Amino acid sequence: MNLTLKVWRQSGPSDAGRMVTYRVEDVSPDMSFLEMLDVLNERLILEGDDPVAFDHDCREGICGMCGMVINGVAHGEQRATTTCQLHMRHFENGATITIEPWRAAPFPVVKDLVVDRSAFDRVIQAGGFVSVPAGSAPDAHSIPVRKEDADDAFDAATCIGCGACVAACPNGSASLFTAAKITHLSLLPQGQPERLSRAKAMVDQMDAEGFGGCTNTGECTAVCPKGIPLDTIAQMNSDYLKANAK
Amino acid sequence: MNYVEGEPIRDTKAPAGPIEERWEKRKFGAKLVNPANKRKLNVIVVGTGLAGGSAAATLGELGYNVKSFCYQDTPRRAHSIAAQGGINAAKNYRGDGDSIHRLFYDTVKGGDFRARESNVYRLAQVSVNIIDQAVAQGVPFAREYGGLLDTRSFGGAQVSRTFYARGQTGQQLLLGAYQALERQIAAGTVEMFTRHEMLDLIIADGRARGVIVRDMVTGEIERHVADAVVLATGGYGNVFFLSTNAKGCNTTAIWRAHERGAYFANPCYTQIHPTCIPVSGEYQSKLTLMSESLRNDGRVWVPLRKGDDRAPGAIPEDERDYYLERIYPAFGNLVPRDIASRAAKNVCDEGRGVGPGGLGVYLDFRDAIGRLGRDAVEKKYGNLFEMYERITGENPYDVPMRIYPAVHYTMGGLWVDYDLQSTIPGLFVIGEANFSDHGANRLGASALMQGLADGYFVLPTTIGDYLAAGPYGEVDEEAVAAAEIAVRSKIDRLLAVNGTRTPDSFHRELGKLMWEYCGMERTEESLRKALERIPELREEFWRDVKVSGTAEELNQVLEKAGRVADFFDLAELMCLDALVRTESCGGHFRAESQDADGEALRDDETFAHVSAWEYSPKGEPVLHKEALEYEYVKMTQRSYK
Repeated sequence: MNLTLKVWRQSGPSDAGRMVTYRVEDVSPDMSFLEMLDVLNERLILEGDDPVAFDHDCREGICGMCGMVINGVAHGEQRATTTCQLHMRHFENGATITIEPWRAAPFPVVKDLVVDRSAFDRVIQAGGFVSVPAGSAPDAHSIPVRKEDADDAFDAATCIGCGACVAACPNGSASLFTAAKITHLSLLPQGQPERLSRAKAMVDQMDAEGFGGCTNTGECTAVCPKGIPLDTIAQMNSDYLKANAK
Repeated sequence: MNYVEGEPIRDTKAPAGPIEERWEKRKFGAKLVNPANKRKLNVIVVGTGLAGGSAAATLGELGYNVKSFCYQDTPRRAHSIAAQGGINAAKNYRGDGDSIHRLFYDTVKGGDFRARESNVYRLAQVSVNIIDQAVAQGVPFAREYGGLLDTRSFGGAQVSRTFYARGQTGQQLLLGAYQALERQIAAGTVEMFTRHEMLDLIIADGRARGVIVRDMVTGEIERHVADAVVLATGGYGNVFFLSTNAKGCNTTAIWRAHERGAYFANPCYTQIHPTCIPVSGEYQSKLTLMSESLRNDGRVWVPLRKGDDRAPGAIPEDERDYYLERIYPAFGNLVPRDIASRAAKNVCDEGRGVGPGGLGVYLDFRDAIGRLGRDAVEKKYGNLFEMYERITGENPYDVPMRIYPAVHYTMGGLWVDYDLQSTIPGLFVIGEANFSDHGANRLGASALMQGLADGYFVLPTTIGDYLAAGPYGEVDEEAVAAAEIAVRSKIDRLLAVNGTRTPDSFHRELGKLMWEYCGMERTEESLRKALERIPELREEFWRDVKVSGTAEELNQVLEKAGRVADFFDLAELMCLDALVRTESCGGHFRAESQDADGEALRDDETFAHVSAWEYSPKGEPVLHKEALEYEYVKMTQRSYK
């Protein structure tokens, strides 16, 4: 396959940035999207150019480090996929592909396709945990958990923190990310003591970071690599309202 | 490469007495630090995987002043997150005959009698606390309808002791540790440095006193000093270029510590995981593992006849060779990883491999789907099947998976004593970065167990004993400056070469060489070839590598070049270690040492020891042997038949 790439290049936070066009040839359909970029970068290095900076690590769809907006869609058009798991067999020979970083005010660009997602860590710091120091736990079987609750908690807990939800949302909202953690912990007995204070603190922190509000467009769940359900946001709002009514 | 033999290691600091009582004894004997003094003691933890994340969080909870470092953009991304199958614990919730002693026994045997008994026993003891801790944190383990935890079987065990969270156990456990860590960051006990890479260890007055790190965004070189340093920087499987490790995993932190005096133990013990997706082309950047749990229900086979290129569905039952079930009737598809990997290599060497290049075997779910129904199989393995389809474009519900062994884990690592302290006082090493618990082969679902045992329960106790004698005072300025200069000059050297080959091209070449000469099967001849070729390639690297950009910016090429440079040195030591150990054991298979059936043949007379290598700037490493004594498990030739 031969492709034309239009890639966002930005040398640093103070650079205005621009799209730059590259040709890549002899792309195998079995390559992953990132392997295709590796090929481009190997060439750029030898030509004395700056290779395209992008975040990636596990390359098996679980660490959440990679993420690009491909042809206008976070992680590309294939559903429930991270960028690293997207393969070139989903593109046509001769296609032009645009590649941009996540765009949201709370995710400033560091360089090219690399953005700063530390706002997510601060949302977790606000309360995304159960306060249980090591060594203080009772026997794991002392509190049975309904299988359905454990399964639903798991579904919410699979969030990989990639930030695609924010990039896809017209409001730049982090509601799906925040709601996933709140829902995971509110469905389990272990999460009950801090349930309302957690919801309040995390939502307040999310707002303080400058993420937008949720208007139920559902773009977030559509691009989410783990398919975090939209109803987690209802769960979050319910806990948040209860916390504020107290 | 020559070496010299040094003094043996006689004391591992494990308490004497009955093995069941040793950890209790050590805990009681370890000095305590009073809460007011803990605030005055600084600890650096490098790496935020299961071991590092849990250690930093727990040390913070205890009241120490902690600085935590990771190269990713957030601590939640460390590669522990990719562990799929599960975590072992001797809970015996099934009543199927499990016990601490049985987990201990299975681990020592699975490690082919090359692990230290005291450490392994402690690991089995602590395993039960890990499950309690994780559940209390809200880790959503799989449960049964009665609300209790579900378990499954894993390779190398005949009991069901593996706890799991669908195919994402590592992710859920890591997020538990990450959340505990973020809680401490909010509480101010832990200061977090993301996108920071450790490039050197500061040693002053013979003690580890800090690290030199590079801020990967600005390129700034920073100094951080402390009373103790903990390395939790993972394994070195990426020396093979293609492995199941994350792209960023590297050996730089432990290699630098090794150069500064920490012994490196058993570097040749590499685990080749039997169930990975085969290589599809030259551009391949990494390999993806398919969880070992799949072997619970999937059946491994190849065509009986050499060169049979019919579609798998067209091959009738009596023309298939379910070779693991045939050779190992007792364990069948659940034999330990080293055995399953080598068996796959053997059938492929016979010309019976499947898929492009003949480097693959089938992992077939037809019978499981027939027995349990598609829905049940989907519930258990759905995400793994999806991942397979995404990568290969084939649907494993209809066509059997194709799998092949790939480098997955390194049992070797920095030598540590019972307290997890290296040969440098004040330098502790935990998780995959140390060598301690898995001998020559790690059992499935035991990496998560060890990482969390070290981080939540062992290190926080043992490091207290060292810190109780602190604080260790001001750090000698000259020592700090020396480490910083070493880091800067190495970066300058890399940038100055301005050659014609990329760091990745060297890494690929080194990886291929290691896979061919020091991979699943090693011979004296192959290892000597590698030892000849590695220095040549390294010389070429330093003469011809091209690193674009500058040191004062985010520069992924520079990061990569530094890591590749260290892989060369490590690769050499691995090959030397493999050459010296002329026996076969666990993941280290020397073709010269096998029994009549082609199984690994140990030589306990000569090699029942840990090989701990001391770095020598003159290029002649010094071998220190730690004798392994088995008081509780009788050394036998492993048999899974």
